[in-house]
Amino acid sequence: MPWRQRFSRWDVKTAPYLYIAPFFLLFALVGLFPLLYTGWVALNKWSLITGNQGFVGLANFQYVLAQPRFWDGVANTFSIFLLSSVPQLIMALGIAAVLNANLRAKTFWRMGVLVPYVVAPVAVSLVFGQLFADESGVLNAILTSVGLDPIGWHSDRFWSHIAIATMVNFRWTGYNTLIFLAAMQAIPRDVTEAAVVDGANRWQTFINVTVPMLRPTIIFVVITSTIGGLQIFDEPRLFDNFSLGGPDREWMTVTMYLYELGWNSQRNLGRSAAVAWLLFVIIVIFALLNYVITRRIADSDHRPNRKALVK
Amino acid sequence: MTSVATARQLAGPGAARAAARRRQRMEGGTRRPGWIAYTILSVVVLISVTPLYYAFLLSASTAGDIARNPVPSPIPQAHFFENLGRVLNSGIGFWSALGNSVIVSLVTAVSVVFFSTLAGYSFAKLRFRGRNWMLAFVIGTMAVPTQLGVIPLFIVMSNLGWTGKLIGVIVPAMVTAFGVFWMTQYLSEALPYELIEAARVDGCSMIRTFWHVALPAARPAAAMLALFTFVGSWTNFFWPFIVLGSSNPTLPVALQLLQASYFKDMSLIMAGVVLATLPLLALFAFAGRHLVSGIMQGAVKG
Repeated sequence: MPWRQRFSRWDVKTAPYLYIAPFFLLFALVGLFPLLYTGWVALNKWSLITGNQGFVGLANFQYVLAQPRFWDGVANTFSIFLLSSVPQLIMALGIAAVLNANLRAKTFWRMGVLVPYVVAPVAVSLVFGQLFADESGVLNAILTSVGLDPIGWHSDRFWSHIAIATMVNFRWTGYNTLIFLAAMQAIPRDVTEAAVVDGANRWQTFINVTVPMLRPTIIFVVITSTIGGLQIFDEPRLFDNFSLGGPDREWMTVTMYLYELGWNSQRNLGRSAAVAWLLFVIIVIFALLNYVITRRIADSDHRPNRKALVK
Repeated sequence: MTSVATARQLAGPGAARAAARRRQRMEGGTRRPGWIAYTILSVVVLISVTPLYYAFLLSASTAGDIARNPVPSPIPQAHFFENLGRVLNSGIGFWSALGNSVIVSLVTAVSVVFFSTLAGYSFAKLRFRGRNWMLAFVIGTMAVPTQLGVIPLFIVMSNLGWTGKLIGVIVPAMVTAFGVFWMTQYLSEALPYELIEAARVDGCSMIRTFWHVALPAARPAAAMLALFTFVGSWTNFFWPFIVLGSSNPTLPVALQLLQASYFKDMSLIMAGVVLATLPLLALFAFAGRHLVSGIMQGAVKG
């Protein structure tokens, strides 16, 4: 049956490519092309309603870069990102260390820390928006009941960032905890035991042995949370019912500004695209920077430890 | 366990306990941690669930009560079903939002699992030119913030007439780099070449081999991937919000609409939050273990 043979040979040759084709096709269509085409849209006067109105060069970028609101957005985004990522990383490492002990009912505790992950950020924002409500919120009620002044969670820039960062931490700490826990369990026991034999206490072992050995995982978590965190939108958008990021845009992030320009106030997709491109550049630079810094920090932690082991 | 049982038969319970202790030590089980560890974890778990219980408490009370007592009493009041009914009849279309969320999450999960397994099988088990750098490319795309391509994607969708339609949410999410990478990792370990060869010798075509050999072998990892995709698409807001608008919302989009139009009535909004969250919490109660092990396995390999 020569036909069958021919089919079979064709089958073997093309099948591998056919099977991976859907991913590449889809990525090209909804990932790569839009990202590149954003650059083109940004160079045009492009209205949400009437479409492309013609080439304008860098005018959209000039406009965006001259807006104080854009820079507010950048500052807010970084502030919220730092307030969420750094404490989150430390908490996740700490909780993971506790979970790494020989616990009873392991699965229960692990599931317990992961519960917030299945709550939509939008829902988290509504709940925490109320917890942090200026007048009928739980936190201010507690503050006033112990004789302190209530905090303007929805009017003070810094405190609004704390509130939003808390939402992010609520949802992601458990998730990252499990990632760190998995990495901790992959550390061979004799390495930590060697440190204990050398006279290190639990804290020293954790800081000088466990954390440096988690370096690849920490870098991974830092990079992924950079890419996600700098695009934050859901939580700040629903922090109040006006969805603009506050009366004076106290908690408006870059992605919210992108939405506002494109779909809300101006319906100007060209300017919106300029914001998208600028944010893209910021994310790339910052992710690289983070990579270098985390490597450094973890590295400098590692060196004295290595010496200690050699001694 | 047999050694413990044998020890009990031969030398009584005391020896059995000693044997159990020895076993535990041999398996690397260190000393059980003290109450401090359990206290810390209890606090963490409490913090994880308290906001959700708080949302439920508010959803079972009235707007007046919330204004009067910012800190609700820990015993829920009786207004939950009343508030739920008001959410469902609010004119925002929560029934259809619920339906939309179910459809989008299910279809996306099935599609991601199918196409990711297909690609993962190819990367893990088939030989072809360019395999290594193509796989590296897939992994590299995970670091690309594709959300920033929303503007052209939106333009494309409106040219296709897909704005306001579920297909506009489903199609961009049909296969993910994470899924492909995940299935590649799993299948390269879990599927022996012998099985594939046996199927080929029996005269199976490539796609039949995939269907009858690779797909069944991929089942555990596929279930985890389906869970992650389901959770991810159930909780997703940004893109559905942009492409669907207010006419045909999924649950997160409907929640935002609820907040925008009923912001004075927190008990109503929280009933919406409970409605949008409860299905996933129920799923989590049954399948949370797999989510946990999924995250942990992905971390070790990733």
